[in-house]
Amino acid sequence: MLEYRIEIALWALSGVLPFIMFSLWSQNDVGNSFGLNDTGLARYFLSAFLVRQFSVVWVVFSFEEDSLSGRLSPYLLQPLHPLFRYVASHLAEQATRLPFAIAIAITFFILNPSSFWLPSLPQLFLAYLSTHFAFTIAFLLQSLVAALCFWTEKSSALERLIFVPYLFLSGLLVPLSAFPSYVLKVAMLTPFPYLINFPAKILSGMPVDIFNGFLAQILWISILVPSVNILWKLGVKRYTAMGA
Amino acid sequence: MQRYFKTIRLFWSTAFASQLEYQLNFLIELLAMLGTLLGSVFILSLFFTGGRQLGDWTWESALVIQGVYTFLDGLTNALLRPNLTEIVNYVREGTLDYVLLKPIDSQFWLSVKKFSFAGLPEIILGLSIVFWAAIQSGSTFSIYALFVFIISLLIGFIILYSVWFLISASSIWFVKTWNATEVLRALLAAGRYPISAYPVILRFIFTLVLPVAFLTTFPAEAILGELKFKILFFGLILSSLFFIFSRLFWKFALKHYTSASS
Repeated sequence: MLEYRIEIALWALSGVLPFIMFSLWSQNDVGNSFGLNDTGLARYFLSAFLVRQFSVVWVVFSFEEDSLSGRLSPYLLQPLHPLFRYVASHLAEQATRLPFAIAIAITFFILNPSSFWLPSLPQLFLAYLSTHFAFTIAFLLQSLVAALCFWTEKSSALERLIFVPYLFLSGLLVPLSAFPSYVLKVAMLTPFPYLINFPAKILSGMPVDIFNGFLAQILWISILVPSVNILWKLGVKRYTAMGA
Repeated sequence: MQRYFKTIRLFWSTAFASQLEYQLNFLIELLAMLGTLLGSVFILSLFFTGGRQLGDWTWESALVIQGVYTFLDGLTNALLRPNLTEIVNYVREGTLDYVLLKPIDSQFWLSVKKFSFAGLPEIILGLSIVFWAAIQSGSTFSIYALFVFIISLLIGFIILYSVWFLISASSIWFVKTWNATEVLRALLAAGRYPISAYPVILRFIFTLVLPVAFLTTFPAEAILGELKFKILFFGLILSSLFFIFSRLFWKFALKHYTSASS
């Protein structure tokens, strides 16, 4: 992974969306209407950026490539579940992304010195834990789509159907507290707010219901794990080893 | 010239035939498009809560910008993405050799080879939003405004194409450009909102460095009859420069091309 430093720097940069949104919300003074001043907004969006850096998932794209090129066949023969191979590569890349993420955070603080803050240790620990849970949920969701590769050759197109609600409901573009209450209620029934909004709120020190947040994250994981397992088992039976 | 038109016709009719195989894909794209549009209009509406305006744009006129963005996004999905993201594969697999041997301009061949028909609904919907929202915000649609609108869309598209092509052409050296196009996509998303809504420094960057303003804000101003002539003039020059640079860069890149297979 260290071979691809430019790649990873660019990848970190491609997460600029929260910063663009931050500049819009603060420039137009909208923050007050959902109970956040400029400092609060800045901290929220920096946290959202960081959470995304360590929870972003691309397993469906790797998996589709491996499946179409026939590389999957030897993986399936190995005594380890092939998904763990992708988990490992995701975790490795997250580790290499850390220095870039820190560099971007420092740049952000230089540009917005008033927003500087250091989360307390328990805060940091809880944010770390919930980001890992967020990564797990995102990974399982995409694995569910990836498993559809066994049925259709183009499952990465289906990934768009997860990405679109993720983009708008996760809190990447706006803190969920800005939503009208009826939209918020619907959003909270989906797994997406627990992918960015919940960990970012902990990290930025906003008031948040920690117990229920973690409960929901664990609930989603315990629903998704068996679902992925079942779909995967059904899929492998249909596997026809393309390209092999 | 006629040869080029004939080539495009052949390319796109084969593309159409082959995409009929993937009807499900078409449906998914349609759903994703509607979801994206719904989501962005919703986010946009949050800016207007409590009778506020977004960088002196009213709700209706900001919707014109969303329409222009959707239109350009459709063009990107139909034409730019399918073609330009392939260049890196040609380089990696050495099949660029065959493209270069063809008796037709290689940049042309690489840019129009494919056409994804799943982008068409987005193009049509984008234009419909533009006209609907423009009527809502009281545009009179003079012939002149329409003419300026078409020119400024053309300017926007040429700039968009050139930037995409530049990044894709750099694959001659880097062989992997996926992440660079992701950065571009993230930055282009800034075009969903009027340029005057951004802080001054970003306004400057989005007008001169990465001219997002020319992609969405200025065409929207054109249809609303508010675009200043000098900006249109400047846009013509800027887009020509971008296009010429993309051609020169491609020529330069080809000099450094050292085929992968032979």
